[in-house]
Amino acid sequence: MTQTASPLLRIKGLHIEGESNGVWHEIVRGIDLTLNRGEVLGLIGESGAGKSTLGLAAMGYTKPGCRLTAGSIHFDGQDLARADTRSLRDLWGRRIAYVAQSAAAAFNPAHRLIEQVIEVPVVHRTSLSPAAREDAVTLFRDLQLPDPERIGRRFPHQVSGGQLQRAMTAMAMTCRPDLIIFDEPTTALDVSTQIEVMAAIRSVVREFGTAAIYITHDLAVVTQMADRLMVLRHGELVEEAPTAEMIATPRQSYTRSLWAVQALHKPERPSDGRTLLEVDHLGARYGSFRVLDDVSFSVPEGRTVALVGESGSGKSSLARVLTGLLAPCDGQIRYDGRPLPARFQDRDRSLLREIQMIYQLPDTALNPRHRIGDIIGQQVTLHLGLRGAARERRVRDLFEMIELSPHLANRLPSELSGGQKQRVCIARALAAEPRLIICDEVTSALDQLVAEGILKLLMRLQAEVGVSYLYITHDIATVDAVADTVVVMQQGRIVEQGTKGDVLSAPRDSYTCRLLSSVPRIEVGWLDAVLSGRSGSGPRAKADDGTVWSSAWLPPAP
Amino acid sequence: MSRALVSHMVKAWGGARNAPVMAQVGLVVMIFYAALALLAPLIAPYPETALVGGMFEPWSATFPLGTDQLGRDFLSRLIYGARNTIGLALATTLLAFTTGGFLGLVAAERGGWVDQVLSRIVDVLMAMPQLIFALVLLTAFGSSILNLVLIIAALDATRVFRLARAVALNVVSLDFVEAARLQGHGALRIILFEVLPNVIPPLVAELGLRFCFVFLTISALSFLGIGIQPPTADWGSMVRETAALISYGDVTPLLPAGAIVLLAIAVNFVVDWFLLKASGLKE
Repeated sequence: MTQTASPLLRIKGLHIEGESNGVWHEIVRGIDLTLNRGEVLGLIGESGAGKSTLGLAAMGYTKPGCRLTAGSIHFDGQDLARADTRSLRDLWGRRIAYVAQSAAAAFNPAHRLIEQVIEVPVVHRTSLSPAAREDAVTLFRDLQLPDPERIGRRFPHQVSGGQLQRAMTAMAMTCRPDLIIFDEPTTALDVSTQIEVMAAIRSVVREFGTAAIYITHDLAVVTQMADRLMVLRHGELVEEAPTAEMIATPRQSYTRSLWAVQALHKPERPSDGRTLLEVDHLGARYGSFRVLDDVSFSVPEGRTVALVGESGSGKSSLARVLTGLLAPCDGQIRYDGRPLPARFQDRDRSLLREIQMIYQLPDTALNPRHRIGDIIGQQVTLHLGLRGAARERRVRDLFEMIELSPHLANRLPSELSGGQKQRVCIARALAAEPRLIICDEVTSALDQLVAEGILKLLMRLQAEVGVSYLYITHDIATVDAVADTVVVMQQGRIVEQGTKGDVLSAPRDSYTCRLLSSVPRIEVGWLDAVLSGRSGSGPRAKADDGTVWSSAWLPPAP
Repeated sequence: MSRALVSHMVKAWGGARNAPVMAQVGLVVMIFYAALALLAPLIAPYPETALVGGMFEPWSATFPLGTDQLGRDFLSRLIYGARNTIGLALATTLLAFTTGGFLGLVAAERGGWVDQVLSRIVDVLMAMPQLIFALVLLTAFGSSILNLVLIIAALDATRVFRLARAVALNVVSLDFVEAARLQGHGALRIILFEVLPNVIPPLVAELGLRFCFVFLTISALSFLGIGIQPPTADWGSMVRETAALISYGDVTPLLPAGAIVLLAIAVNFVVDWFLLKASGLKE
């Protein structure tokens, strides 16, 4: 950290307003921010805290529908709040760069990567095309992209999500800017990809001494990246401190509540012997591509089985087979002692009622044109045959069970928050009085605090109505919060399964070890420890870090 | 129930008052046309087909817009023409939308061979130029009002089908449709209850446009002499019948043409406004 007399960026008393339905309301309320050269600042907060708005404001940019009402943004002596578009354009890309959350949406799918990566220096005339190309290859190499010489020739859809995110970081780096804004760059990635991207970003930021603002809602990630943390809530600063200090002694209760989420843990209950669902040597394929191979496990009555694996491991395909959307090519499924028909069209009403599903994205799982009272009411009528006042009563009860106020019943899904929408999805599943609910990454689109509420709700409902869950996730902290038994999948196969305690604290399979060790922890220096452990050597090192982290996931002593 | 209806109407009125000026103009024009069409016998000074004066009389106090080639009052025929032309166009458009839209949604929801069969039939129908195809069919089946409506509706339904199918394909792939299927809901319910409300905005936009096209097709066919048959008044044939006056510097033939243009523009203003509101709902 090179500290010079004048900071690179100084924001003072910043107020930004946003418009919705003709009403202006404050998104950022009087924030002060100072960033020194070469320093990495982490911005944390739940969605709606104003992190992204503040991050963009640091570039002197406000989104359409937003306006800057007060405050100054001094970047290297120049006030961006009052700068004209011309001088801002000269800064953007060249001295200040931005890395967006979704690289897939930020790249133009019609152009090759290299053309887009070198666009900035060529447009700014800081470098000629051949030199920029050479430099891009160097950056690709620094960011550990495979085949750096030729990867630039590919189109965005021809590389993986993690590679694309690194290509975007390369794009931001081409002009060697003084400041880069990272807006949730790893949120859309699964853990094993995330760790690679984190490592790559950090190494280049350090190598070039770039200052950065790192925006995320994931504490564990930001702990690895930032020198200093700022916690935001409702557009206001809650707390600011150097990372190590903030982790060790959070002063505000809100900050502590953010920390507490990761500690959610459910004591594991052994099965009482009754098995609800039994999957036996199941296989399935899309065309000639095999997505499931020899999958066997069982779901005990009233318990939770967590299905863990990174994207592409076949978790969601398994859910599709169980719900009857995808016919298996071999093996069989027994439900409640009887074989389960392969296609949902062949299942009778009571079977359809008993197996319910909750989706990852409540936005697409709820019909945007139906009022939520109707969405739940339809289920009550369809499966329980209740109408009129009896239906109303049942809907009211369900609203109570999911801890939502019944007078929200008249709203459309778009008028609810993400967490509320997911609660409605849970209520819709519950309305059928199911015995098995398949939860497909139900909290991965939500903020940590909201996700915690959903997980607690699911656990409470299980205790009350004895429903079984098949919980699909890639997040190990969630597994600890919900599971009784754990099934780990990789490339369509089960690599390990057992009780939560066994799998999390003493994994036998190397893939499980790697997956577990990739889960970031709120601990300064964790990333360095894992990386040095991995680059150490071979499979032994993996087994080693298996024991290093294991204690963290042990259930606390009763 | 009636209270709900009243509150609904009050809300609709409030919505219209907050509408942009263009939409308000469009609404006024549409209401004006509707009034003309409904009240034609009361408003028109002379009957639709009566010969009341000499041929091609100029504008005067007795005949505000003069008379046509047979000596019928032009203003009266213009007013009755609203009823015939708009009524037929509306019936045809609605028929095209119910059949084309419904089949499009069925094709999207069912997929597989149902989609293949329906889509290929539509491809075949669309392969022929619409106006020429309509001419051929009308000549073959005879040029009655019913045939006119059915034939144009069938040809226009193909366009609606393609749009409805394309839009519905995006909706059908969403999770809530899958969720409804997994509950055991039937295809008809999924189409009408889950998919239809989500494809309404683009379909309404198309409705406005399609209404204008149908309107113009009917007028064009009438102009060519095989649409609405004399002595029934309609704007398309009125343009043809009085076209000769243009050479003498008389603007009378442009009046029915102007009436057609004005309605087409008004409908599109209102549809644009509706689209704006519908998209606002999604936010």
